[in-house]
Amino acid sequence: MRAVQFVNTLLLKEFVSTFFLAMRYFFAPKPTINYPFEKGHVSPRFRGEHALRRYPNGEERCIACKLCEAICPAQAITIEAGPRQNDGTRRTVRYDIDMVKCIYCGFCQEACPVDAIVEGPNFEFATETREELYFSKEKLLANGDRWEREIAANISADSPYR
Amino acid sequence: MANIKVDGQLVEVPDYYTLMQAAEAAGAEIPRFCYHERLSVAGNCRMCLVEVKGGPPKPQASCAMSVKDLRPGPNGEPPEMFTNSPMVKKAREGVMEFLLINHPLDCPICDQGGECDLQDQAMAYGVDKNRFAENKRAVEDKYIGPLVKTSMNRCIHCTRCVRFTTEVAGIAEMGLLGRGEDAEITTYLEKALTSELQGNVIDLCPVGALTSKPYAFHARPWELVKTESIDVMDAVGSNIRVDSRGREVMRILPRINEAINEEWISDKTRFVWDGLKNQRLDRPYVRKGGKLQQTGWDEALATVAARVKKAGSKVGAIAGDLAAVEEMFALKALLASIGSGMTDVRPAMSGIDPSMPRSAYLFNPTIAGIEQADAILIIGTNPRKEASLVNARIRKTWRAKGLPIAVIGERADLTYDYAYLGEGFETLADLAAGKGEFAAVLANAKNPLIIVGEGAVSHATLGKQAGRDTIALAAKLATGANVAEGWNGFALLHNAASRVGGLDIGFVPHDGGVCSADQIALAGKGELDVLFLLGADEYDMSAMGKAFVVYIGSHGDKGAHRADVILPAATYTEKSGTYVNTEGRVQVTTRAVFPPGEAKEDWAIIRALSGAMGMPLPFNSLTQLRGAIYAEFPHLARIDQIAAGSVADVVKLAKAGIKTKSAPYGSAVAEFYLSNPIARASATMGECAATAAGLRQAAE
Repeated sequence: MRAVQFVNTLLLKEFVSTFFLAMRYFFAPKPTINYPFEKGHVSPRFRGEHALRRYPNGEERCIACKLCEAICPAQAITIEAGPRQNDGTRRTVRYDIDMVKCIYCGFCQEACPVDAIVEGPNFEFATETREELYFSKEKLLANGDRWEREIAANISADSPYR
Repeated sequence: MANIKVDGQLVEVPDYYTLMQAAEAAGAEIPRFCYHERLSVAGNCRMCLVEVKGGPPKPQASCAMSVKDLRPGPNGEPPEMFTNSPMVKKAREGVMEFLLINHPLDCPICDQGGECDLQDQAMAYGVDKNRFAENKRAVEDKYIGPLVKTSMNRCIHCTRCVRFTTEVAGIAEMGLLGRGEDAEITTYLEKALTSELQGNVIDLCPVGALTSKPYAFHARPWELVKTESIDVMDAVGSNIRVDSRGREVMRILPRINEAINEEWISDKTRFVWDGLKNQRLDRPYVRKGGKLQQTGWDEALATVAARVKKAGSKVGAIAGDLAAVEEMFALKALLASIGSGMTDVRPAMSGIDPSMPRSAYLFNPTIAGIEQADAILIIGTNPRKEASLVNARIRKTWRAKGLPIAVIGERADLTYDYAYLGEGFETLADLAAGKGEFAAVLANAKNPLIIVGEGAVSHATLGKQAGRDTIALAAKLATGANVAEGWNGFALLHNAASRVGGLDIGFVPHDGGVCSADQIALAGKGELDVLFLLGADEYDMSAMGKAFVVYIGSHGDKGAHRADVILPAATYTEKSGTYVNTEGRVQVTTRAVFPPGEAKEDWAIIRALSGAMGMPLPFNSLTQLRGAIYAEFPHLARIDQIAAGSVADVVKLAKAGIKTKSAPYGSAVAEFYLSNPIARASATMGECAATAAGLRQAAE
């Protein structure tokens, strides 16, 4: 036992093996990405920032059924509804999500009968003030417009499993 | 009685029972759409199918087949019915599939969603697949008035609405046209319904075909807080449920009370809620330099206290139509503490004298008791407008027994046939003298019902003596020689929720006080310095001269415009207040939401004012105030009960000498939809009034 230990110490075995390990990692491809400029893979089921979608003709999808409000476990969604001025259809007057309360469980998008409220792939919506995280209907619709291509792609990618 | 086995359990039921009633007696639940306890049996939805043994070998509609239609077995075994056999389940699933063929899948945008019979029963009997590949039928939506919104694609043709409007409301304005796939519920000419009970079709509709127009899309049933309360739009005291969300009242629904409103409420009760948000007084105002200016409670109360102290006992108080017993009691105590007895809850020129016994101002036979009447005389009132549910009860009795009804006063469509006798006091005097056919009918009646309205006892053009004499003659007619023992047929029909409560606690002139009309006259002459208006708006505001008017109320109406100080108070949905209905039944409202802004409950304002005057009233909480009321008037502590007036008092009333020769009767409610400050602040009620007046044609 002491002889083996003596040889290992004499030949710097641990030093050398550590050196080779370090070299292997040194030449191996890097897992670290250059984050804001490079981005990692995001699953189609990723639940990020909320968005309210529109139909291709520009009509908002949300019909103010309030199922998302009812199911929200954090009670982060507040909806006020009424007949729309021009055609009397059922629409939201107010659709607020308190993103500070939200726990990103995705129940709202599961409850939605018309795929209006979705959790998109965006996770980069940090803000400097708390108030900016109280999303209004305008903000959510703007999110929907901005992310529609990615959201639609994600929904179709996930659709075979539903 | 007949024996029947329900799911193997033997029950004994009266033989006129339907199978559905027998099943309910045995505790078995049967789904239904078209059947309703208070409407005739239609048997057209087929949802209540059951299997029977001792009858036809196919599924039977349990609502339409009675127990005596079934034969006993060969050895005398009782007939059997099964409510959960495989045959029944298959039959109901088939019916449900047919119903859902044409029913649109729009539950998310349907206002009935969450409280829909079809939705609930589809959970139990629906199949999850659709075998119907053809197009669904589409039906055009109808315009049936400003209150009820139609979505005719959803209709399943149960015809509850048709039966309700024809049978209960008494207007044959809805019907079912066409057959099979072409069947449509319609009002024929796209006309607005003219009934004052039309809102009830919203509750009756088992699907979302008829929904509330003012409430459209505003809330979901699961987000509403439900508060059981009492209505104050008329003196009937209908039981209601106030649904609120946050600080807003979202809608008002009826509660079942067999003794009062069964399960209907009038449209004014149901749709007045938007008036609770408009024109509200939410902070105190004081008139400075001719203009009302916002101020704080301290200043407003100090201003009033200073004026009241200066006025000595020259202070009057008039209570309006919506005042609760609590605030009237507190105000009476406040005035008593400064030595004034000038309080009045009655309209100007009322024939109801403070000296009269309690039975002189009650609807003695009770509303449920109308069904026992065998002859009805209606004097100076249009019950359809003044108390829609009393009218519905009269119509129910008339449909059941076809009893003779006569009217003295305004000629109006009351939804039942009646003999029109005349329009004034002289007709009543003739009748009491035994002249005319109807006098004989009344004389022979065992349970005559004499309904006297405020148009005949408290009308501005009538004068007090005519009102008093009307009461005496009506009492005489109600206490004829043939009247059954224990029947008190004298019925005074009030039209304001505050009236009986105010009369009960003596909110009438006492200790040298004068009546409301005289108070206003005194104020005009400058002999009354301060006048309290407790939500009183139905008086002549221009005649109050230079008197210092303090308005304690909830809405910016006539009284608030005239006021020198406005003390903002709570409405009936915002306070717990005791109301006594026209029968004398004591009921209490419950707070559903808080008053807006700085408004307070009325009694608390009066208590605070007494504090500002340096002579605090002896109660600091609602419990203490109620304690004081109950100590003085113990019958008010018996909630939901009637302290009956005595027949002997009515007999005594009948003996009063008659001085009036002739006087025309009027109607106390000119505009049904706009009769109080809350209704006048409601946009829905305004639209109804315009529709009723024919100002608004079918908009769609």
